[in-house]
Amino acid sequence: MSTETTLVARPSPTTSPTATGPGGRRDATGPRISWRVMRDLKGASFSLPFLLGFCVFTLVPLVLGISETFYTTKSSGLGLGGDKTVQFTGLDQLAKAFRDATFWSGLGRVLLFAAVIIPLTQATALAMALLLDAVRRRWAGRYRVLLLVPYMIPGMVATMIWLYLYSPIVGPLRPIAATFGFDVDFFSSEMLWTSMGNLILWNTVGFNMLILYGALQGVPGEIFDAARVDGAGDLRIAWSIKVPYVRSSLVLTTLLSIIGTVQLFAEPTLFRAVRPETITRDFTPAMYVYDMAFKVGDINYATALSIVLAVVVGAMSAVVYRFSKEAS
Amino acid sequence: MSAQVTARSPRIGPDEPPGISGSRRNRGLVMLGLGAFVLYSVAPVWWLVVAATKTREDLYRSDALWFADVNVVENLRQLFTYEHAAYPRWLANSVLYSGAGSVGLTLVSLAAGYGLAKYSYRGRGLTMGLVIGSFLIPGALLTIPSYLLYVRIGLFDTVWAMIVPSCFSAFSVYLAKVYAEAAVPSELIEAARIDGAGEYRIFWQIALRLMTTAGATIFLLHFVAQWNAFFGPLVFLRDSGKWPVMLGLYSWLQRGTDSQYDLTGMVIIGALVASLPMVLLMVAMQRYWRSGVSLGSLK
Repeated sequence: MSTETTLVARPSPTTSPTATGPGGRRDATGPRISWRVMRDLKGASFSLPFLLGFCVFTLVPLVLGISETFYTTKSSGLGLGGDKTVQFTGLDQLAKAFRDATFWSGLGRVLLFAAVIIPLTQATALAMALLLDAVRRRWAGRYRVLLLVPYMIPGMVATMIWLYLYSPIVGPLRPIAATFGFDVDFFSSEMLWTSMGNLILWNTVGFNMLILYGALQGVPGEIFDAARVDGAGDLRIAWSIKVPYVRSSLVLTTLLSIIGTVQLFAEPTLFRAVRPETITRDFTPAMYVYDMAFKVGDINYATALSIVLAVVVGAMSAVVYRFSKEAS
Repeated sequence: MSAQVTARSPRIGPDEPPGISGSRRNRGLVMLGLGAFVLYSVAPVWWLVVAATKTREDLYRSDALWFADVNVVENLRQLFTYEHAAYPRWLANSVLYSGAGSVGLTLVSLAAGYGLAKYSYRGRGLTMGLVIGSFLIPGALLTIPSYLLYVRIGLFDTVWAMIVPSCFSAFSVYLAKVYAEAAVPSELIEAARIDGAGEYRIFWQIALRLMTTAGATIFLLHFVAQWNAFFGPLVFLRDSGKWPVMLGLYSWLQRGTDSQYDLTGMVIIGALVASLPMVLLMVAMQRYWRSGVSLGSLK
């Protein structure tokens, strides 16, 4: 929340009518002032539909959500049918959410997961992009389409495909592992994160590869000739010239991945449909929020939890963003 | 598919890749690496295609990576008729939600982006601030509060809950603004004004045409995201007749584990059928989502 308000204030230092800034240059030749005012009003009206919708479907829920956390709903009866009383409890819900051990252990789980899977995805994407960059352009195009196949498959379907591939009944992976002498249960608590990480990697690596490959195309060719004259080999050129060149693209895709991974919901929920013993209903923070709102039925507390989650995600994005600005 | 491509050996030719020497050993390693990645990318989809053609018995008995008795027509018939044709309705819902939402979003975003890029007015800076600031609001934060709002204004469990709110996305407005700045020349607007065209007419007849690439990108990115949506529909829709296809498949997957009737085969062919429109759309509109990727990286 706080991160949002500070950002709102920053890019709009000039909103007074006299100081229109560099944008004012366009209406330099207006004959009458009223005509220009009319035109600017019409110009402003172009963003009116968006602003209206944005207020109703972003700002109103935001305010509604925050106000919801100030109250506690208690049922006075036993179970169903009891009267509900709503009580003003101030910041109690938020304070409780900030101290909630279940929430933090779920968050710790996804953060640890993010810390492993994001660098791994980036490294794989980088390896793919560097390999693509090392073949002739005409072939690179064909390979690229094949490498992008997983990205074109909807994420839900990707999860289902891998759930079945892992499955001990219909899946081919277990028999394949067995021929090499391994007996793996892909849904066991030890293998779970590896299984889930693999499917997320499979589904997202193509997108990251695309961005990195695009950035690699921008490396000027003369650098390579110079490096080669200086005696650099293929690997050395890849590591010392190409990788630094795509670093800012790496930071961008990392930022997007962090925001996505912390909010992990669909994949573990689908895993839970198959193996509810290992994937508990509060496995990730988003699952915990959903469970609190619709299974436990405590909307007030669920909102408080989502606010804490938003603060964590917002703070992390801000840190990575700041870091990326300094790096580039 | 993968074997055919990897079998080719590289020859030194005119469009030599930059930054790599012609050493035979290195080229071999590059091909080996690419071949492994292609296999990893394509094999799971291959499995899905093969499994979708099998009878229920063959799914458990036959070789998982090769065809047995091809039974596609019967599988499709079952998929489209099971439980009073639930699946085709889910598919139609997905088309409606993704289609209507994306058309609305594209129009709203192009108009807003154009206005922000080409006019200066009081409040423009504030609007830009809202747009950029809201990038930081994670989607998961808004879901529960949105649910509360929809219940209050009567949007909950209606098709409108899937269409109307999705017409407003700050990121799309940002894309449209960046694109309008580059693609719509101010001189052209000025010339049209001198010819007597009104501001709205300039937008409809000139600017909108110059912004088709941005429009197609916004449309495509949102269509794909909405097709794949799970958390939103799960929270906002109760009635299974209104579910999009992904939520329907999830309900089958969940039931498959504890029901007498084995739904595994249905989920497999259902997943394949639900992916086909996406794959076709993505292949046909490659140019646009690639440009979306590069526009996004300008941020």
